[in-house]
Amino acid sequence: MFKKNSFYDFAYRRFTRNRLAVIGFAVTLFFVIMALFAPLIAPHEPSEFFFVEGQNVYDKYAAPSSEHLLGTDSLGRDVFSRLVYGARVTMMVALLAVSISTVIGTVIGLLSGYFGKIIDNIFMRLVDIVISFPVLFLLISISTIMDPSIWIVIFAIGFVSWTSTARLVRAEVLRVKELDYIAAARACGTSNLKIIVKHILPNILAPIMVQVTIGTAQAILMEASLSFLGVGVQQPTPSWGNMLMDAQKLLVLRDMPWIWIPPGVVNLLLVLAIYFVGDGLRDAFDSRQ
Amino acid sequence: MAEIKDVKRDNTLLSVEGLKVHFPVREGILRKKQIGVVKAVDGLDFSIRSNETFGLVGESGCGKSTTGRAILRLIESTEGSIYYKDKNLTKMTQKEMMPLRRDLQMIFQDPYASLNPRQPVIDIISDPLIAHSMISKSEKQDKVAQLMELVGLNPRFMNRFPHEFSGGQRQRIGIARSLALNAKFIVCDEPIAALDVSIQAQVINLLQDIQDKLGLTYLFIAHDLSVVRHISDRIAVMYLGKIVEITGKKELFQNPQHMYTKTLLSAVPIADPAKERKRTRIITEGEVPSPLHKPQGCAFSSRCPYAKKICREQEPELKKTSEEHWTACWEVQ
Repeated sequence: MFKKNSFYDFAYRRFTRNRLAVIGFAVTLFFVIMALFAPLIAPHEPSEFFFVEGQNVYDKYAAPSSEHLLGTDSLGRDVFSRLVYGARVTMMVALLAVSISTVIGTVIGLLSGYFGKIIDNIFMRLVDIVISFPVLFLLISISTIMDPSIWIVIFAIGFVSWTSTARLVRAEVLRVKELDYIAAARACGTSNLKIIVKHILPNILAPIMVQVTIGTAQAILMEASLSFLGVGVQQPTPSWGNMLMDAQKLLVLRDMPWIWIPPGVVNLLLVLAIYFVGDGLRDAFDSRQ
Repeated sequence: MAEIKDVKRDNTLLSVEGLKVHFPVREGILRKKQIGVVKAVDGLDFSIRSNETFGLVGESGCGKSTTGRAILRLIESTEGSIYYKDKNLTKMTQKEMMPLRRDLQMIFQDPYASLNPRQPVIDIISDPLIAHSMISKSEKQDKVAQLMELVGLNPRFMNRFPHEFSGGQRQRIGIARSLALNAKFIVCDEPIAALDVSIQAQVINLLQDIQDKLGLTYLFIAHDLSVVRHISDRIAVMYLGKIVEITGKKELFQNPQHMYTKTLLSAVPIADPAKERKRTRIITEGEVPSPLHKPQGCAFSSRCPYAKKICREQEPELKKTSEEHWTACWEVQ
């Protein structure tokens, strides 16, 4: 799969030897497939309302049956179908948010670490400012001012979570840029851009990849908590977070576990699986072993 | 100083005049106050002749590596000038340096840190060629194979990664990279200090062979006199950012004048048990002073057994004591 005996070849071999990481990867893959093939798996449309037979009333809070595997929710929608489609939304939000935060974090970390001095100072103070943002408060204000949409959630998560990536990348750059092969490249007259792209970035890619997996897990959790509070993904779009909203009612929480246990469990499973993958990657990339 | 310049000026490839590299030491959180200066290199004068190996010796921290890096403009110098042929390198912008970088190259001490671990050998060696757009993609393989053969590596291994080679082989890769642009002047920054003793001789011989073949000039930095003795034509001894003695290799070993040189020489083991037993070492007292707080006068005065009043008050200049021999010591002058 990788060039023989390259760093990634060794890492791949170490990763596959880590049982927990492989299980985590399999579980993650399972959810990814579920998200990709949602229309084939889900028995119903996620926003389809069901009525009590012969009556003009929503069939809400129906217990699990052969018709509705996991019952129906407060508006008479099929919970299982929403769960399957929710995987799509949850993963899309997490992956896009992480892409945004990784790009911003890596670029800022590289510039900050490589050029140092005033650039470093400006960017690191910016990181301090962003870290001290009250995210929840910010999102609640944004969603009251603007029309809430899934994109706001994605950008909001992306723009507040790049800071740890930036700090990580900066620290790695500081370590790598003093090595002799960078001096050798400079002695050959290699441009700064080429040094960063060809010599620094490939050597700090491993920790960035670990950060991406952990960041994805954190983005999923963030989306869930935001949606649970009603400022994240909005109805009728299903997400694992806003499916938990029903659990805010005591009646549901007490008597109708089929509505809130499944989204909670899949959320937990996916986050845990991704964390295992992240841990596995970190161990695989640690060449001291 | 003028004396150094006039010697065979026509044959000089690189000369360093009054080179100083100072690093400010700052402290404080909001307003960083400069609390001192580390004078890593504090006024160097020497010239290197075409096709010779100029040894630069001194203990760690005396500024030899800094000197090498300052010549290649990897570290900016604070003062002084570096002439390569007739061009003053210190006055050039990095852009103007570009064409000169083909001529001036470097070999590093640690063969594990000097090669990018994510690049296969073919990319490492061809990197400088690509930076100067001197080859096309199709020529790359041939050129790299040629360079690898030159340094005694099998071109079959060009797609391997650095960690698949031994220390000596890695150092050969570093040498091949420095030769890629047809360099004329190479700074060898302790190229064998990190290698096993059995490999050291091989690399030294390789460096000498290449020098003969390609007509290279070396600035050979080392902390080990016995190595320098083998490879160098002339040797400069450095102490705390200054040159204390420059002379030909034979002269240095037979007639050392500076007390510091004598001390260094007495530390070189002799490969003959009978003589080795009789070798007397000159042990200097104390430690090397911190380059932050250098002693007044002669830098070595704090450790020199013959230090007089003048040594502690005035700094001796590098003066010609005999043909091809300069020493900075009041005792000798």
